[in-house]
Parts: sequence; C-alpha cells; structure tokens
Amino acid sequence: MENSISRQIPRETPKDQKAGDLERWASIVGGGAMVLSGLQQRSLRGILMAIAGGGLVYQGTQGNSTVKQVEDAIGLDHAIRVEKTVTINRSAPELYSFWRDLENLPRFMQHLRSVTVLDDRRSHWVANLPLNQTIEWDAVIINDEPNHLIAWASAPNAEIENSGFVRFQPATGNRGTEVKVVMEYQPPGGLLAAAIAKLFGEEPEQQIGDELSRFKQLMEAGEIATVAGQPQGA
Amino acid sequence: MRAVCWHGAEDVRVDTVPDPKILNPRDAILKVTSTAICGSDLHLYDGYIPTMKSGDIMGHEFMGEVVEIGPEVRTLQKGDRVVVPFNISCGNCFFCQRDLWSLCDNSNPNAWMAEKLYGHSPAGLFGYSHLLGGYAGGQAEYVRVPFADVGPIKVPDGLSDEQVLFLSDIFPTGYMAAENCDIQPGEIVAVWGCGPVGQFAIRSAFMLGAERVIAIDRVPERLSLAQAGGAETINYEEFDAGVALKEMTGGRGPDCCIDAVGMEAHGTGPMALYDTVKQAVQLETGRAMVLRQAIVACRKGGKVSVPGVYGGFIDKMPMGSFVNKGLTMRSGQTHVHRYLQPLLERIQQGQIDPSFLITHRLPLEEAPRAYKIFRDKEENCIKVVLKPLAI
Repeated sequence: MENSISRQIPRETPKDQKAGDLERWASIVGGGAMVLSGLQQRSLRGILMAIAGGGLVYQGTQGNSTVKQVEDAIGLDHAIRVEKTVTINRSAPELYSFWRDLENLPRFMQHLRSVTVLDDRRSHWVANLPLNQTIEWDAVIINDEPNHLIAWASAPNAEIENSGFVRFQPATGNRGTEVKVVMEYQPPGGLLAAAIAKLFGEEPEQQIGDELSRFKQLMEAGEIATVAGQPQGA
Repeated sequence: MRAVCWHGAEDVRVDTVPDPKILNPRDAILKVTSTAICGSDLHLYDGYIPTMKSGDIMGHEFMGEVVEIGPEVRTLQKGDRVVVPFNISCGNCFFCQRDLWSLCDNSNPNAWMAEKLYGHSPAGLFGYSHLLGGYAGGQAEYVRVPFADVGPIKVPDGLSDEQVLFLSDIFPTGYMAAENCDIQPGEIVAVWGCGPVGQFAIRSAFMLGAERVIAIDRVPERLSLAQAGGAETINYEEFDAGVALKEMTGGRGPDCCIDAVGMEAHGTGPMALYDTVKQAVQLETGRAMVLRQAIVACRKGGKVSVPGVYGGFIDKMPMGSFVNKGLTMRSGQTHVHRYLQPLLERIQQGQIDPSFLITHRLPLEEAPRAYKIFRDKEENCIKVVLKPLAI
C-alpha cells in the first residue's frame, strides 16, 4: 500500500517539500528509526549525499546540485541494501575513534584485504575475491560527525558502487552504544556480478551482522572468538 | 593426542588428533587430568542436537593442569591446577558483567546459527555442537580454554580431582536449579530425574532450606541415591507421579518443581507414545513429558525450574495450566562462573563431597563403552569419570 502511494509521487516535487524531505531524512539517518523501511526505492547514496555537508565534495566534482543528485537517485534500481544494529558495551567516542581510523576495518571485516587512508576524506579499499583475485576502489567520507556518524560513498567510476553509514548512539540505561550500519551497493553486471555476490555473501545481512559481531568482540573482549585451527578427528 | 570424537548417532570413537594450540591471546592449554560424561552429552550421542560434525571432540566437564598460556592471561601460570566452567565467557560484555555468564555475547563464533534458531545466541560451550560455537571439548588429553583469565578456578591443595571436577557443570547446574526455585521456609520441592543433576538439585534444595524433597525416577539405584540424599521417592513406573505428588503434599502440589530430565524424557501412557513418535519423525525435537507433568503437578502460584536441556521445540505445552495457576518458570544454561567460588567453599567446609556420585572410573580409551553403559543405565552406571592420561 505504502509502496503504491510513494510511486505516485510526481518527479517534479515543489522545492520546499524537498527541503522538508531532507530534514526528515536527516532525522531518520541520525535518529532511532529503522532506516531502510523508509527508503523504499530511493537511493541511500543520494539521500546521504543530499543531507551531508560533505556532499559538497561531490557537488564540486560532478557539477550537480545535491538536490539533483537525490532526484537522480529516485526510481527503481537493483541496489542491495542492508541494515544491522548491535549494542556494544563501550562508549560512542571509543567506538567512533576505532572505526574512523579506516585502516582498522580489515581487522573485523574479513573480506577486506586492506584500507589505505589517502587523506582526511579519501581512502583506497582492496577486497578479496575468490581465486586470489582482488577488487579495488576509492571511497570518500561524505559526512563525518565526530563520535556520532560516519557516512561514505565510493568515488565516481568505482568498479563497485557502494555507500553507507555507521552511526553510534548511546543506549538506554548505561548499556553502551548502539551501532547501526546501513549499506547499499549496486551489483555490476557480467562476470564480476557472481564474484561480487560471493564477496558480500549470499546473505548480505548475515555478513554485515557477522562483521558487527566481530567488531563487538574486538571492542569488548579484546579478541575475536575463533575455532579455526583447533584439532578435529578425521 | 587422543580425544573422544563424535562421528554420528551412537558412534563415538577415540581418535588420534593434533594437539591444540593457543589461537587467541586470552587462551590457555590444559593437560586434562579428569573429565566426565554429562547427561547432556547423551543428547549428542543419541543424535538429537543439530549441527554436530563428524570428528568433533566432545566433552564439557573437565579439569587439568595449565601447560601453556596466551600473552593476555595474567591470572594463571603454568602448573596451576584448575577446573573449567562448561560455558565460555568473555567477562566484559553486558551479560558477563551482570553475572549471566551463560549468556555471554562474545564467545560464540557461530552466533548467527543460534540467532536463527533462538532469536539471540547464548555463550559458546565446549564440545557441544557448532550451533554453540563448535569448540573442541575436553574429553581429550589436552584442551584449549578460551578466555582462560575469566573461567578457570584454581583448586586449593588437599582437594582431589573427584571432589572438584563436578564444579565444571553438574553441581552448579543442580544448585542453580534449586536457587531458581527461590525456596522459602517450609516448602516442598519435587525433582524429576535422579541422574547427576537431579542428585545435586536434591542436595542443593536442602542446603537452600527446603523442608522436604520428593524425587521421581524409575531406576532403582538412582532412587536409592536420592534417598541417601534425604529425598522421599516416587518410582513413576509403579505409581502415577502426578497423583502421588498430590497425595504426598496434602493435595496442594509441590511448591517447587524441577525438571532435571529435559528433552529425552521417558514416560508411560499415550502422551509418552505421542512424543516418542513425533520426535522419531522429527516433528518435535523434545519429548516434554516431564515438563508437562511438572506444570500440572505444581501448586497454584508455585515455581517451575528447568535445568534439563531442551534444544528446539516441544508440543502440547499445558499453557492453560501455567497461566491459570499463576506459575513462574525459570531456566537457562548454568551461569557456572557465578557458583564456582561459593560451591568450592561448601566442598572445603565438608558440607558436600560431590564424589558420592561416581560409579565408574575408566581410561579415556574406554569412552565408547562408557557412553553406552551410561545411556543404557547398565552396570548401575550413574556417573563416569574418564582418565585421559596414566597419571
């Protein structure tokens, strides 16, 4: 029902309504709501870039207004989107700092071979593919709110187009910090598609869930639980 | 090293496998000096616990000597003699910090499997399926102990292995079962199942102030051992336990009911047949005769405590009785870490000597036979302790 209503929204939306949309999105991304349920067929990337101050980076390089980017992003697509939240018994500043040093990410994201920080905003990512192959792309931080939120998007012409954000919110009752990750990626076509599917797992939500579990283990227990390498009978 | 490996239902073998190594900074390696077969191992033996893999090393009741420690373990030294809780707990998460050790957030590498079945994952366990972590168990010459700075307790000089081994599981499990009843002065506690956990539940109920304990089983030597612990007994093959309990409690029913049997209950009558058939064709994973009887027998406003293991789904839950009699039910895998020190002190003070339970002391190599006689209750078997090394 909701879907059919939203499809009827005219492409030419009045300007003040767009501003209202952005405010609403800013509050969804920054607040406690389920993000993807509101997203429907809009692009996460467009929303993130529109509401981000850092979106100006893109505005410069692409010559588009951020609002135009949101418009471009509206419409059906085949993006894969995942959303997952975990509570970690550490403060938001501790968790934010660890994550903000992007070179830490391969410690709990098993499919990443490396992340190299190029400057304050840009970084270079290398991920493992089957058969010892790798895929590489550049990413840009499009929104950085210290101790609260980091949003990123792949640079233009990346082989795998992806975007997302991680948000750190204090949980109720001194229970640590609720860490939410929302990600979107556009699977490329052709031969690469199968390899990418493998890279992100057949169930992307489980994969991001496992990564968040390992992040939690690292931050709470100081190590990641494993049985790899233990003895077993023939 | 030699280790007891699961290869399928009713197929355990002693295999030669590689020695365990330190895999994480908080690990330790123990040379196992004593290990026991738990009643819950029989659920694995009978093939009722999913996600076991051929070759998995079994066993979650063990103790031994520390032979190697990881760089972050500062509480133990080589040569320390320790008993290890069957659950693996990080000590730092929300649950560990609230003394809910069996609910540790960080010790199950396969948490996603458990989340699919249970909604959330409990702690990882030694030797108890990949759903619960896939950790190699302690029915072996050596075992790797994760988070060794949190779990193991050092054994004071002067106490034998047999006196302290059961701190790893069944003594705390029976004790927590009684504690979950919140026993008040004058109360009567009924315990279904006079296996090892039931025996400790009987004795713990008295320690915690029960006026009377009534124990239910059908195996004569187990009923005798319950009587030795001070319980009155009902052989459910001779009497309908529900009727007998009502008569023995002035028509009120027991104030507290403990299901120390779990998912492989035996019984009599049509309900027992129903469960046996449904479990055999995998339409339910637990035969819940005992739990049903406990709920129906319990006095109004009473307490039902479930230390028995259930792995999945049960049928014909008497929810109407539970609701309309206003019962309270408590359960959970045992928070062993919570009980190690207080129960060790009770042993030291001579309030209990847990070795009363042991009927068989066998070399590790005899594990296949030991599983069989324990499961089939042959040779009056109640509890088997395996000795991995000729010490």
